[in-house]
Amino acid sequence: MEKKTSKRVFAIGLTLLILALAAAVPVYAPVYTVILITSILMYMIIAVSWTIFSGPTGYISLASAAFFGAGIYTAAILGSAVPLPLVILLGALVSSCLALLVGGLTLRLKGIYFVMFTFGLVELLLHFILWWEVTMCGTTGRVVPPAGNATVFYAMLTILVVLILTVFLIRRSRYGMALQSVGENEEAAAHAGVHVTALKVVIYSVSALFMGAAGAAMATRWTYIDPRIAFNPLISFVPVLMAIFGGIRPIYGPIIGAAIFTYLEEFLITRFPYYYMLIFGIIMVVAILYMPDGLVGLTRRVWKRMSRSRHAHT
Amino acid sequence: MPILEGKGVTRYFGGLAAVSNVDFQVEQGEVLGLIGPNGAGKTTLFNLISAAIVPRSGNITFKGKGITGLKPYQICRMGLARTFQTVKVFGNMPVLDNVLLGAFFGREGYVSPADARATAGDALDFVGLTHTAGALAKDLTLANQKRLEVARALATRPEVLLLDEMMEGLNATEVNRAMELVRMIHEKGITVVMIEHVMKAIMSVCGRIMVLHHGAKIAEGTPQEVAANKTVIEVYFGERADA
Repeated sequence: MEKKTSKRVFAIGLTLLILALAAAVPVYAPVYTVILITSILMYMIIAVSWTIFSGPTGYISLASAAFFGAGIYTAAILGSAVPLPLVILLGALVSSCLALLVGGLTLRLKGIYFVMFTFGLVELLLHFILWWEVTMCGTTGRVVPPAGNATVFYAMLTILVVLILTVFLIRRSRYGMALQSVGENEEAAAHAGVHVTALKVVIYSVSALFMGAAGAAMATRWTYIDPRIAFNPLISFVPVLMAIFGGIRPIYGPIIGAAIFTYLEEFLITRFPYYYMLIFGIIMVVAILYMPDGLVGLTRRVWKRMSRSRHAHT
Repeated sequence: MPILEGKGVTRYFGGLAAVSNVDFQVEQGEVLGLIGPNGAGKTTLFNLISAAIVPRSGNITFKGKGITGLKPYQICRMGLARTFQTVKVFGNMPVLDNVLLGAFFGREGYVSPADARATAGDALDFVGLTHTAGALAKDLTLANQKRLEVARALATRPEVLLLDEMMEGLNATEVNRAMELVRMIHEKGITVVMIEHVMKAIMSVCGRIMVLHHGAKIAEGTPQEVAANKTVIEVYFGERADA
């Protein structure tokens, strides 16, 4: 028991320290670092919010890009009319409403059908908005009023902190337990009194909330967007890979995964511009084959083996 | 008035009548056995009652209210719980959480965490699994997983409990313990409907038995009456009569 509390104090202390260090980044770090960390934070938000729903239920959603893009377009349309915090909030709302609608329609689907539909949604929105912009506005792109690098950075950091708190609250609550039971056996959960459809739709829209917020914040840094930038399918895939790479179950799994992945991508793209996708792919294949529980699971296994051999010597 | 009643309940799978025009009454506080050869429609009837599937025609009433067309979670919250023929425990969740889930969600309205913990603790204690509370459900023996399903169902505070082949695959000792558990549930005042192939259990635990064959009800009565029923002997114990 005592060990548990001291571990918790350590975890909270470490988190606060990291947060304090992160908060100071725009003050002392060069602009390049600030921008790099902003995009790391963005991927962390998408990867973590993806695991809120898809982690426990096992419903693989590839609609992240749609929710992210909905946030971006909210910012693009409202950007100059309202202040940034409100833009982010509205981006979050629009995208979670979209998730409510889509979830209500599609969460009856299971397995591969759900995956295909969610991915189709990204394409659907992309082409719908493309058509709309061309026929209604006569252009394809939009200019988003820029916010400073530091502002976007702090916005992302705030979204991530709120997200992590939300994940903790959900996991500790009865709804987190119910969500896990749905992943374990949907039928049994329903017969034990869980309103499975409502639960899935609500949690799905909570996860979209943060993706939309991240999109709205990111739009103000990208300053120019068009449907192909906003609804980039990679935004659906990469965070899933990050989460799997880091480990889906513990909350720091996708966070670590996103950090390493984004940095790795940056590193490879600058050092090996011609081979970076190839190297990236190989790393991913190896990760999926040999680290079923991600980096976190691997670390735990190694740690266990090490501590066992240490015990063996004494 | 029966606590659970069905009139003309019918369900087809393709052209096959899995349950056809079945009438049934379950009286408050009784233990009703549901027997019949494989494929007789017993589990389908359970699925129809608990709303896992929807009847093609017919009506089912629970506590005087029509429940056809409701969702499984609504029926559970009204006080009708069930277990499954092939165990459906939440394998990667601790035993306690399996039961807590029923305690939290199986009733109408808000259940406080303290209340849920007490209910779950009682249910685990009742089926004798308190010592396994922290283990993962998948690590339990089959007999204990079946008891865990019962505990999860009991945590929803049911008035009627549907037990689907609770004794299938258990050894003799486990069957005796399971029979004892059914008696204890009955003594609690919970109405039990049980599907069972273990004749010893059915004959000694049930007050009344209903026999299904090819989706139709062919007999009903006390264990003695059913055992003496000519039609039942023909379809159910038919092999023995031929020998």
